[in-house]
Amino acid sequence: MSKRTKSLAGQMLVMMFFAATVQAQMDLSGNWFVAYHEDWIEVGTGPDIADFTGLPITDAARERALSWNPSLINQPERQCAQLPLDYTVFWTNFRIWKDIDPFTQELIAYKSHRQWGEEKQTVWLDGRPHPPEYAPHAYQGFSTGEWDGDKLKITTTHLKEAYSRRNGVPRSDRATIIVYYIRHDDHLTVARIVQDPDYLTEPLIHTTNYTQDLHREIPPWKCEIVTELAEREPGFVPHYFPWKNPYADEFAKKYHLSREAAWGGAETMYPSYIENGGTVTNERAD
Amino acid sequence: MNARTEPSWLTASPMYLVLHWAMGLLLALGPVACSAQPPSEAHAPDEIGIWHVRGNVYMLVGESANATVQVGDQGVLVVDTLSEGESDSLLAAIRTLSDKPIRHVINTHGHPDHSGGNAAVSMAGDALFNQNYSVEDAAENRAPIYAHENVLIAMSAREQPPEFEYWPTSTYFTASKDLYFNGEAVRLLHQPDAHTGGDSVVYFRGSDVISAGDLFITTRYPYIDVANGGSLEGIINALNRIIEIAVPEALQEGGTLIIPGHGRLCDESEVVEYRDMLTLIRSFILERIREGMTLQEVYAARPTFGFDVRYGTDSGFWTTQQFIEAVYNELKAQEAK
Repeated sequence: MSKRTKSLAGQMLVMMFFAATVQAQMDLSGNWFVAYHEDWIEVGTGPDIADFTGLPITDAARERALSWNPSLINQPERQCAQLPLDYTVFWTNFRIWKDIDPFTQELIAYKSHRQWGEEKQTVWLDGRPHPPEYAPHAYQGFSTGEWDGDKLKITTTHLKEAYSRRNGVPRSDRATIIVYYIRHDDHLTVARIVQDPDYLTEPLIHTTNYTQDLHREIPPWKCEIVTELAEREPGFVPHYFPWKNPYADEFAKKYHLSREAAWGGAETMYPSYIENGGTVTNERAD
Repeated sequence: MNARTEPSWLTASPMYLVLHWAMGLLLALGPVACSAQPPSEAHAPDEIGIWHVRGNVYMLVGESANATVQVGDQGVLVVDTLSEGESDSLLAAIRTLSDKPIRHVINTHGHPDHSGGNAAVSMAGDALFNQNYSVEDAAENRAPIYAHENVLIAMSAREQPPEFEYWPTSTYFTASKDLYFNGEAVRLLHQPDAHTGGDSVVYFRGSDVISAGDLFITTRYPYIDVANGGSLEGIINALNRIIEIAVPEALQEGGTLIIPGHGRLCDESEVVEYRDMLTLIRSFILERIREGMTLQEVYAARPTFGFDVRYGTDSGFWTTQQFIEAVYNELKAQEAK
């Protein structure tokens, strides 16, 4: 093989390598619409008070959730609060697009805009590090991405305190959320893995499916803060005492569950819970 | 920053971020760190983290506490001077932001982790004098130190008071004191009987940034300096005042930014979470008192349990038990009235 032939072969190998790399990156751009039949209670009417089923929460998380009062969202400061990343990734339709370096044509980031709350997220793909801890936190956090084959793995830190379930189950501002975007033609599976050193004993994992629609757009979403309850003084914080929450067992009774099963925890999430003597059902009141 | 899109650090270019972090590294390593390196989240004891908040205002993150620095054509204004041992690092950090003279120093309160550098920072400053005042006297040529008068009273009344150079030189006893510097109003708003008896919130009205001192921290339960007039009631009132001033840009994010006495840069929503936590803890302990519990029984009932994993500590200065005890005694006294 001549020196020139070797050189050409080498160049072709390099080109094939980069072509393979580029092909491994799936294009995620487009308008994606969530399959609302999944987790309908969660995304629709909302969970009951003290429904902690399926959550690997700590005792501290349960204690806080038992003090939660739904009237909290009447606080002026919470009325227009956007959804945290925990919810936006499985809750609402979104548009995602590429941010391309106009000179090098390299993919710098994926940006997204959600319908419910107009939450915005940037997933940096240019190798930048996460900022220092004293940098501001945000509901959507600070996100960087890397390709795992044709799956995009997104790591998000710098989150504001929020909730793992919107009935007061807390999620700490020290949590990290890993999200995978997995595209299959016009379908997108989004897998969310929440790692919370403060309020979860093991990762909280959840998946949602979206479909792409070329004929729909994401409409605007606006919110105005108003005084909803005139008798409340500024600074009023609705809550229950966790040790005597009058609704603590309402969900368990409604679905004939044992309190232990209804109040969650990692030990209640697996078949071994029943095998080890755990009780899921309660005796019917009637 | 346009929080309707995202916080500045989400949209900032890598070079922007590198420049910010490189400043911190340069401070720590001097001429050794000439090339940009990945930032380190932890910084050495003699290193000050620098974060551009907005407009004229920067947050300087020391080992002991946070300071706030406002820079502009008229000079430099410093809110809180960190611990005495960090004075050189603080001054070096300020010099990376501006070569203008330090004209004003403000203490949000008098604790040593926020006022220990008073002498060094003030003496490094340069006051403007009237023509009939001698500027030849070098001892007088320093930046004034503003604080509520209770800071001066508490500092001078200590069993071992600091040297005179550390004391505030210009105090106020009214509800507020106003300055106008570097093109914006700077308001000192007294928050009575809160972290101490002499707390000031410093509001940069043009930059829309609040320097909260230890009335708001993100690292632990608030220290209530009962001996110097502090109370949980006052801290909650102060947090409500901050919330009243702050206006989020949209969706409860951005807008007015709040620099805590310790911890990370925040906006209104995080002050709301902290306020809600303290309001709940106050309510829980009060309810236990009304149920007839003694202090020991309240400890056993663990009224802070849900928050301890995030804000509590069983060792060192200001444990969770000390916090509960202070709140219990305050509420017990209120109930007795």
